[in-house]
Order: sequence, then structure tokens, then C-alpha cells
Amino acid sequence: MTEAPFDVKTLEIDGRELSARRGQTILEVARENDINIPTLCNMEGLSNVGACRLCLVEIKGSNKLLPACVATVSEGMVVSTNTERLQKHRRNILELLFAERNHVCSVCVSNGHCELQSMAQDQGLTHVRMPYRNPHLPVDASHERFTVDHNRCILCTRCVRVCGEIEGAHVWDVMGRGIDSMVITDLHEDWGKSTCTRCGKCVQVCPTGALFDKSKIGSDHPKYPDFLPYLNLMREAR
Amino acid sequence: MTQTITIDPVTRLEGHGKITIQLNAEGEVADAHFHVTQVRGFEKFSEGRPFYEMPALTARICGICPVSHLLASAKACEAIMSVRIPHTAAQLRRMLNLAQMVQSHALSFFHLSSPDLLLGMESDPAQRHIFGVAAARPDLGRAGIALRRFGQHIIELLGTKRIHTGWVIPGGVAEPLSAAKRDEMLAMMPEAYANIGLALAAYKQIADKFQQEISVFANFPTNYLGLVNEDDSIEFTDGALRLIDTKGNLIEDGITAQRFPEVIGEAVEPYSYTKFVYYKPLGYPEGSYRVGPLARLNIVKKMGTPKADQELAEFKQIAAGPVESSFFYHHARLVEVMYGIEKIEQILADPLILDKHVRATAGVNRLDGAGQIEAPRGTLNHHYRVDDNGKITWANLVVATGHNNNAMNRGVLQAAKCYVRDGKFTEGALNRVEAVIRTFDPCLSCSTHAYGQMPLQMTLLSADGEVVDRLVR
Repeated sequence: MTEAPFDVKTLEIDGRELSARRGQTILEVARENDINIPTLCNMEGLSNVGACRLCLVEIKGSNKLLPACVATVSEGMVVSTNTERLQKHRRNILELLFAERNHVCSVCVSNGHCELQSMAQDQGLTHVRMPYRNPHLPVDASHERFTVDHNRCILCTRCVRVCGEIEGAHVWDVMGRGIDSMVITDLHEDWGKSTCTRCGKCVQVCPTGALFDKSKIGSDHPKYPDFLPYLNLMREAR
Repeated sequence: MTQTITIDPVTRLEGHGKITIQLNAEGEVADAHFHVTQVRGFEKFSEGRPFYEMPALTARICGICPVSHLLASAKACEAIMSVRIPHTAAQLRRMLNLAQMVQSHALSFFHLSSPDLLLGMESDPAQRHIFGVAAARPDLGRAGIALRRFGQHIIELLGTKRIHTGWVIPGGVAEPLSAAKRDEMLAMMPEAYANIGLALAAYKQIADKFQQEISVFANFPTNYLGLVNEDDSIEFTDGALRLIDTKGNLIEDGITAQRFPEVIGEAVEPYSYTKFVYYKPLGYPEGSYRVGPLARLNIVKKMGTPKADQELAEFKQIAAGPVESSFFYHHARLVEVMYGIEKIEQILADPLILDKHVRATAGVNRLDGAGQIEAPRGTLNHHYRVDDNGKITWANLVVATGHNNNAMNRGVLQAAKCYVRDGKFTEGALNRVEAVIRTFDPCLSCSTHAYGQMPLQMTLLSADGEVVDRLVR
């Protein structure tokens, strides 16, 4: 049996005529063509969940905004990625993220290396107009090497996905609903008492200072998530 | 009918404060208080944070001396970790602390107090500031700004930024010193020596003109507390605390950071958010004492560097025992700046100063830890308790302004009695009452852990508590 040829779709993104393979997401096609769509929860090498909604795009003929990381291309699609309306929504989303928990950049271990911080700068966020919720959230410092500060978590679930999909341990998960959601280890055990394999992948993919390496406190704490696509590539080759 | 004078806000201070002067029915000064009027709450909101975040967190208390909090906090963390930091890290930290002392003293002397000293207590308030000094004595204005830059630039070279560096971490420092940075620091030395020489000469020329101020600017016997080395030389970063009495006799020696809470207590007065620190065996207020440059120079027998030792010998000529007038805080500050520059030069000559081993690592090995250093204004102690995971369960910060609080209040009363006559005060008189506070160079935002706008105001209250007069700058 001969293999079916690629089902090629043609579409327009920001006025550019582009072609894509069937099943590709709008985000993938945009990135292949150097069109920048902002994301926070998306990470190359992990599945997509459409959690942060920063990658929302406009599709001609539809009132609904679609998350580019999970919306697949279709023939004749006309996509806008950076309209005034989208910019406004993105800033609103970021404001909500900042207001939801306690993000104090000046004393955060990830100051200068934080994806939330640089995203806010990129999107021209100058003020948070919503009142801060200032919730009392715990810090779990029970792990020998790492700490989770829930005050800085934006619930992107990268840690949950990398732990389940790449490490295969599925120690991280999410409990609760809506505003009460929290990432947890095992069945809400202390991280230090959990079945954690101490691989540290979750720390490296965390976009903020929510997960950090204790030994890096006070010094520059950049994260190195580049291992992910490389690891996937090696596994596929095997 | 009694009255109260209020100076609110008090100006040229770091922080937000107020002075009230209570008059009796005859219009004479009956009592005076220095109020620190803001609360911040660092001790409370740091509860629940991992202990290793404390240096960076508490450094945010102040933009003038974040280094003091960084160091005291890191030392408290090291007590919890039970580690001794590498020699090079200790030397680099000592240099950082001295650089901060130089910049803070330069700020206090030149920017905050030299307008009173060089232009006069009665001079036009509109010109009584650092720019007025720079216009009248351009050489001194430049020297002051350059000395502050000297200190700040060394801090920047060590810690990559001037304010709130994250370079000091529990266990040592984040990065070793490079040869290029060391050479850049050494190249700054000649100018720094020239500037402090100019300042000392200028101070000595004018000090005699202030005999009345010297006699009433918190001029009374007190005990004194400060860090010393085992050879009785001055110390800012390590060593142990020594307390001496009014005659200069030893009360207690070798007070380590861990023992500090045993012997030092904190009293509370209803009129101020800053606590009143005292020596427990003597009780409150008898156990009150002074800290800072004046106290340190009264305690030590030598500085440990040649030029500063010469200056100390001259300073000790002022009185047979301890020098009592707080006016001499200014003089002591300049002597310490000389010491700071010399000591930094000595440390830079340490053959191990470029060593790459600058950090010790450990987890939680004790649940209680304290650290102390000499901040520019005086002794600073951080004391933490943690849980098994290293999260802060309790924190207490005893800052220099608290130690000096009793003396500042007594000093304000002494000056007010001299300068407030017949229930009236002139602008020059009020400036002198404020200048008493300035001699101590208190950091009010540190002491209460201040929020919002800063300066100080003065109120005159009648016997029945009515506001008779108020001066707000």
C-alpha cells in the first residue's frame, strides 16, 4: 500500500499566504514562518493544553478567539495574531495572572529570568488595574533539593506534563477547581515525602520562580528547558 | 498653661519621624519626644519564607544600607546552616561592608549634616542643603559626592549593582572577585584618600564654632556598645560585642550574636514605633546605651590602620574618658571613613582575595540562628527561628536606631531646653533640635520596618494637649 501524500492546507496568517500539513496547529505554522505568537504554558516537547490563553488568535468569519497552540489549521483559514483586540486581551490575562497570587519580582529567585516577567514587558504591561488578591499560599520546602512557592505559580501545568510525559513519574498533578486550583505532588503529600525521582525537570520547565533549586538562591537562576526537544529527539531515534 | 511644640516632619533623615516638645505653664520645656511614625512589619511577613531568602528580603528594608541587612541576615542563616564561610568570602564581605560604611557616612556627613556645619544652623533654609554646600565650598561638595561614589562603586563592582545586590548569600558570596575589578578598585584609592583628608581638615576647622551645640547635643554620660576584635581594634563584620560604662570601664565583653538575645532586651514606649533597646542586667532605661561611630570609637583602643590610628589618637584627646557629646558622631564618622578606605586597600592586598572558593553549602542544621554586624549607624542583629524544612517561624531584627532611641530622646530634650525659650521657637532653634537627631544618622525606615513619604514635623502642645504651633517642612 502506498503512503498517502501529505494533505497540504493553505492559509493566511497576518496577511501572509502560507502552507501547512494537515493536523498542524496554528502556532506551529506561525513559528515555522517566524511569526511570533506569545505563549506561557506551551513548551516544545510537551503536549499542549491551552491553559494560559495568551496565544489566542482571531479567525476571519468566527466570533470566537482560538488558542493557537491547540487549534489546527484548515483550508482557507485567515488568521490574525496581533490585533489591537488581541493585545488588549493578552494584557488583561497577564494582569489577572499578576493579581491572582503574590508575584514580587524584586525578591524572587527568578527575577531577570522569569517568563511571566519578560512576557509582561513584551506585551507593554505597565499597571495592574485589578486589586491584588494577596492570598495566603504555602511554600513547600520539604524537598532536599527543590522548593515550590505556590505564590508564584501560574498553573501553566508544565511541571505536571513534563513529570508525566517525559519523566514518566506523574508526581505532579492539579487539585481543586478554578481559582482554588493548586499543583500538588502525589496525593497532596509534602514534596520531600513524595515519590519524586529528584530529576529536576519540573524546575527547569517552570516559567516563573514557583519551582526553584535551593542551591541557586541568591544567585542568577536561569532555567534550562532546552533539554526537552533534545531528549525527545534521542528517544525517537532509539 | 502648658504647650507642646511639634516638629513634623523632621528633615534630612532617612525615614519618617516627628518631634514633640511639651511646655509647662511657665513656658519652659518640660519634656520632649522623638516619634518614629511608621510601621512596616518585615519580621511578620517573612514568616513562612525559606530562610535562605532572608538576606535578599530584609535587604529591601533600606536603600541606604541594604548591605548591613544582607550581611547580618546571611550570618544568621549561616548559624542555622552551622557553616563557616571560606576566608576569601569573609574578606570580600568585609570589604563590601566597609564600602557601604564609607558611602553611608559620606551621605550622612556631606549630604545631610554638612549644610548645618558649613553654612550654619541659622542659615537660609532654602539654601541649607548639599547644593548650597556645593555652591559655597565646591571642593567639599565634590569630595562628598566622590566619597559616596567610591563606596557605591565598590559595592557595584563586587555585587553587580549598587543597591540591593543579591551577591551575598547564605554560605558566602555568589561570585569571586576578578583581577580587573580589583585593579579598578585600587585605582580609586588616591582620590578617596585626598577627599577624606579634605573633609577631616574642614571639619576640624569648623568644629570649634559649635561649642554650644557640642554642650547640648545629647551631651551626657551613657554606656556604649559595639563590635571589637580580640586585639581591641575596631570591627564591622566579625568579632564580638563589647559594652562599656560611662567611664569607659568594661561591663560585658564577648557578646556573640547567639548570646545577644540573652543580654539585650527591647522596651516599648507608646509614642514611637521604634523599640528602646537596653542591656538586660541593668534594666530599662538604666541599661540604655549608644551605638554607632561615637560608641565604636569610645570602645576601641585602636583602629588597626595607620592613618585612622592617628586620627583616633586625636579623637581620644577630646575627653579623658568616653567622648560624650553626640556632636562628635560627625567627627567619628570621618575617622571611620578613613579607616574604611585604608582597610579596603589592605584587604585588596590579601594574596587570597581572588580565590575562587567563596561559598559553603549546607541545609538546616539548627533551628535557631542569629547574626550581627556593625551597620554604619551601629549594631544590627538578625535572629531567626526555622522549622525542619528551613521555613522562618519567627524573626527579630534589632537595629541601630533602636539602640540609640533612648539617647536620641534625651538628646532632643536637652537641646530643646537650651533652644526653646518662653514657649517660642525660631527656625534656627528647631533646626538645632533636628540636628541632634541627625548626629545619630538614624535610619527610621530600618528601625520600624517606614512606609510612604518620609520627612519630620514639629508640634508645640499646650499643657492641656492643644496644638499651639506646628512646623511642617
